[in-house]
Amino acid sequence: MAIITGTNWNAYDAATMTAREIYGRTLADLGKANPKIVGVTADLAKTTAIVHFADAFPDRFFNVGIAEQNMFGVAAGLAKAGLIPFASTMAIFTCLRGGEQVRTDIAYQNLPVKIIATHAGISFGHAGTTHHCTEDLAVMRSIANMTVICPADGIETSKAVQACAYTPGPVYIRIGRGFEPPCYESDHYTYEIGKAITMKEGSDLTIICCGIAVLQSLQAAKTLAEQDNISVRVINMHTIKPLDREAVIKAVTETRRILTVEEHNVLGGLGDAVASVIAESGKGCVFRKHGIQDTFATIGYAEDLYAHYGLDANGIVDQVRSILGMEFEEDENWDDE
Amino acid sequence: MPMASSEKQLLLDTAQDLRLSLIDVMAWSGGSHIGGSLSIVDILTILYFKYLKVDPKNPTWEDRDRVILSKGHAGAGYIPVLAKKGFFPKEELKSFNHFGSPFAMHPDSNKVIGCDVSTGSLGHGLSIAAGIGLGSRYLKKQYKTICILGDGECCEGSVWEAAMSVAHFKLTNVITVVDRNRLMIDGFTEDIMSLEPFGEKWRSFGFEVIEIDGHDFDQLDDAFAKAWSAAEKPVLILANTIKGKGVDFMENNVVYHYASGDSAVCEKAKSSILKGGQ
Repeated sequence: MAIITGTNWNAYDAATMTAREIYGRTLADLGKANPKIVGVTADLAKTTAIVHFADAFPDRFFNVGIAEQNMFGVAAGLAKAGLIPFASTMAIFTCLRGGEQVRTDIAYQNLPVKIIATHAGISFGHAGTTHHCTEDLAVMRSIANMTVICPADGIETSKAVQACAYTPGPVYIRIGRGFEPPCYESDHYTYEIGKAITMKEGSDLTIICCGIAVLQSLQAAKTLAEQDNISVRVINMHTIKPLDREAVIKAVTETRRILTVEEHNVLGGLGDAVASVIAESGKGCVFRKHGIQDTFATIGYAEDLYAHYGLDANGIVDQVRSILGMEFEEDENWDDE
Repeated sequence: MPMASSEKQLLLDTAQDLRLSLIDVMAWSGGSHIGGSLSIVDILTILYFKYLKVDPKNPTWEDRDRVILSKGHAGAGYIPVLAKKGFFPKEELKSFNHFGSPFAMHPDSNKVIGCDVSTGSLGHGLSIAAGIGLGSRYLKKQYKTICILGDGECCEGSVWEAAMSVAHFKLTNVITVVDRNRLMIDGFTEDIMSLEPFGEKWRSFGFEVIEIDGHDFDQLDDAFAKAWSAAEKPVLILANTIKGKGVDFMENNVVYHYASGDSAVCEKAKSSILKGGQ
């Protein structure tokens, strides 16, 4: 897996630019260095910001119109011709509308198509449920050969996009609509696909999270330290597949309480991926999956929805307090080791 | 220019031999999509033994012509062609469909040498062809990409999404062939979901439509010659074919969309193929 250390993307100000904008600019920069990088979209060049690549390289950018199935088939064909296609549309039209093409044309043939899907989760809340996507992690992680990434913010999106260009096989990167504040203060950190990042050390409980939940979890951890004297570890599990099993087991062993937080249905996403690792490890711990509880989200602006579904710092604080109230160690049948 | 009679005879003999192989594969595999495989034998024969630039000794040669069998269920008709062309020994086809075999009902390009694209789910091939066409044009490659569609497959909406792209991007390096055998699993196309006016549909989507008898080598030759030199509009060859072609009791018989055969049936089929002269 490619390791992205320091970076050239300081020019992109994550405080004023959406993750999509940073993606589009990063891709345009990658295109300068590598003529094999090509782009495709289905009438969402501006919306996904792949337009920055399109403007820079019109001879290797293809807009197929509103036809996602065709778009992923075309991307597979471009890869068959020896190129590295980046394909962008909204997350819901990727994992379900074009899902079979993603699975059969791209993943089954193990082609190096890089899918950057925007408006994931409930980030486009006011668009209504047709444009929400709380299913993509479940779909994508069950497709063999697929690498699945959910960056924490624009800076990490840039790193993930760089890394995926040099990672073999298909990669799925989900980003939101992107008006959320950045999580990282600078890009001076090492990013490697499949390696979780411990954002903050802690000993009482670990929050394993991805995407927008990383910043909110960090803020929650700060509140919990100040108000409750609770030491919370925060792990940014930016790669959902392959999952960093070691980071999960270490957290279980050292903190004995795990909370997963994701902007996704709690069925099939990060929480289930972490749960599998814990269950197979044979180690016991308190565990809770926090996210969208198997329901279609209501309508509203993203910030209001995050608050409603407890995906903001306040909601995460509540979850942690509730978990810490669980007296699991007093169970007589509990075998701690 | 009409084909020389010796060249035509060679194609007829090759097609006959391939039809016999198809019957062997039907027996070895325990069952195959024999009807829709027999209908494309003549199309595949003229492609692989006259038109395509491929090298069995260098199957991933960058400049080779590509073939996408979008009607992937005819893998049992396509894979023996690759064997005959020399990509692998015919003997290996005995493993067809069996545990660990590279050869399945629907071809896997990561396993079958000489197969360019994995297919099987209908309505996918033409989009992939469009992608290869766009990619090869960007890379300034001269090779052609041939996509073979089934007629029943054209019920899939994605075929028409792809058709729009092939025409919009003026991909004359993509040659689309429709095997118009008029039958799908549940019956005649015109009874299940009518395709007609079929040629008109393709024409209105922006294709140069060449309608031929898909079993007549002179007509196939003319059509592919025109398609190879197309410069303005992408070509669609509408090949009117007979499902089960070459085996009298299978012809136009929906029962033989997918079939297995005991030795008696196989013998009867082979004897019909030999009598037919093709």
